[in-house]
Amino acid sequence: MLEKALSGSKRYWTWIVFLLALAGVGTIAYLYQFTHGLGITGLSRDVTWGFYIAQFTYLVGVAASAVMLVIPYYLHHYKKFGRILILGEFLAIAAVIMCILFIFVDLGQPMRVMNVMLYPTPNSIMFWDMVVLLGYLTLNLVIGWTTLGAERKEVPPPAWVKPLIYLSIPWAASIHTVTAFLYAGLPGRHLWLTAIMAARFLSSAFAAGPALLILLALIVRKVSKFDPGTEAIQSLAKIVTYAMIINVFFFLLEVFTAFYSNIPGHMAPLKYLFVGLEGHTKLVPWMWAAAILAFVGIGLLLFPHLRRNEGILAIALVAVFLSTWIDKGMGLVVGGFIPNPFERVVEYAPTAPELLITMGVYAVGFLVLTVLYKVAVSVKEEIGV
Amino acid sequence: MSMERRNFLKLAGISALLGIGGASVAGLGRKGAEASQMEPGPNALTAKRWGFVVDMSKFRTQADIDRVVHACHSIHNVPDFGKDSPHEVKWIWTDAYEHVFPGNEDEYTPHTLKEMPFLVFCNHCAKPACVRVCPTKATFKRKDGIVMMDMHRCIGCRFCMAACPFGARSFNFRDPRPGIREPSPEFPTRTKGVVEKCTACYERLAVGKMPACAEQSNGGIVFGDLEDPHSEVRKLIASHYTIRRKPELGTMPSIYYIIRSNGTGGAEHA
Repeated sequence: MLEKALSGSKRYWTWIVFLLALAGVGTIAYLYQFTHGLGITGLSRDVTWGFYIAQFTYLVGVAASAVMLVIPYYLHHYKKFGRILILGEFLAIAAVIMCILFIFVDLGQPMRVMNVMLYPTPNSIMFWDMVVLLGYLTLNLVIGWTTLGAERKEVPPPAWVKPLIYLSIPWAASIHTVTAFLYAGLPGRHLWLTAIMAARFLSSAFAAGPALLILLALIVRKVSKFDPGTEAIQSLAKIVTYAMIINVFFFLLEVFTAFYSNIPGHMAPLKYLFVGLEGHTKLVPWMWAAAILAFVGIGLLLFPHLRRNEGILAIALVAVFLSTWIDKGMGLVVGGFIPNPFERVVEYAPTAPELLITMGVYAVGFLVLTVLYKVAVSVKEEIGV
Repeated sequence: MSMERRNFLKLAGISALLGIGGASVAGLGRKGAEASQMEPGPNALTAKRWGFVVDMSKFRTQADIDRVVHACHSIHNVPDFGKDSPHEVKWIWTDAYEHVFPGNEDEYTPHTLKEMPFLVFCNHCAKPACVRVCPTKATFKRKDGIVMMDMHRCIGCRFCMAACPFGARSFNFRDPRPGIREPSPEFPTRTKGVVEKCTACYERLAVGKMPACAEQSNGGIVFGDLEDPHSEVRKLIASHYTIRRKPELGTMPSIYYIIRSNGTGGAEHA
């Protein structure tokens, strides 16, 4: 089926070349980092994870969100999701590949990455994160490719793929739970040390992932003859609405616990994020932007007549996507390091090479996504659905 | 022709070295991992759980503190990129009481105590969070309680730095070698991209020497076996009021700080 990605319109190839160029720039920036070390980033002794790990955390959520299509379709036989399903599974593949790349570019000694497999360490959550992410990648590759192949031949998918599909449901929850555990199990990082972290991760994932998926589906409908289905898009929009409301609710629970209990350590990172701490306010405008975007997104999604207008829907989804991206990316990761263990404030901002490398990873991810979507859409066009 | 011959000899030499290296690594096994780069000698100092007692009243001047820091950093090839560098690497340093023991101070704590410097370094916790999270066992706990670093195995993920509630760990954001003024041949230099910290002078213990900081501290840092009730550290803990950093987090730090009854955290001579 991969040959379908090798023939396309001029517009398709222009897009591919554009992404390759961005990936090339990112690679050059990475070689610079590889030579000089992570000192070329904005990271420091006090804020040791930044933009890369923020993207990683966010994209694990995007990957996990494919389950929001799999559950209704396979467990509740909601057939309207039949056409859009493959887009969700392929988005998961691209997202997991970006996650792996973001971890890779964040390593101080990338040549030693295989040590994680050579010296498996079950007490480390990072070891389990590797296991679940690689497993999830494999599951989605096998399931997506097999079901699309069967669809192309217009036969039902083979029976052996069904158990894998059922397995992929708890597996999707596991990738984001384990990623939350990277943070939630650390003593002394008050912003992260919260039992609701995994639940927050899942709720924001089920808002952000389907939001991105709908936007992609709208683009696919524009550039190809394949229509993922208006009803499917509207049903997904409802899922985004619920998930985003739950996400904001969970966040407010954190605010209540920190401020009603009045425990200084719990309040400090939240204060840093929203009002600044000891005069340091770098993330404050971003966090308020995230808060406003969250309410704009929810406001537009909440009313059925508004979200049925696909123009308004797109605006609402972009708002949800950006809001969760700021909150769960920079807000969560950088906020966790501030104040530092000495209760001093050391701020962080990504540098230009760091942003270029990030752009490069996204370019690779979108390249993978484009190729996979091209295959899927060509198959759908071929059989004329 | 002569070049080829030289290249051949070079290759042969390298292969022989690698062969020998391989054999010795295979022979060390688990014991090798315990001792890392050092095989304990016949005079090696041993303990069930090494620990420190820090008495800041013994440090009368800044020079007393500097001497201890310099002793550690110079023999361990800790680079100096300047105090304000975001890429600072440090194994032992001082911070003010209110930052070392956050939450212990209040609005009526005397200014002198709040600002008083306390030496900080790796706590060699009995339940270290850094060891729990490391995905490659590059940081691990020895049987004698020392939290060790294998800087050849570290992948530089910095999970340990997120986990350590004491800020004890440094990352080599760049090649450390240009920051080392007088390289010490006694201890390996590190490479960029790995995490490092105090390793309780395991290399000195192996040849019967006390940690460098303790040796240079005029009794301000006492090193000994916390599990031995007759050790000097245990006697000091029994006879003085001591506190540890963030004991509520359950990592069980192995550094005890003597706080003097005059309420100045130890500045009895000041």
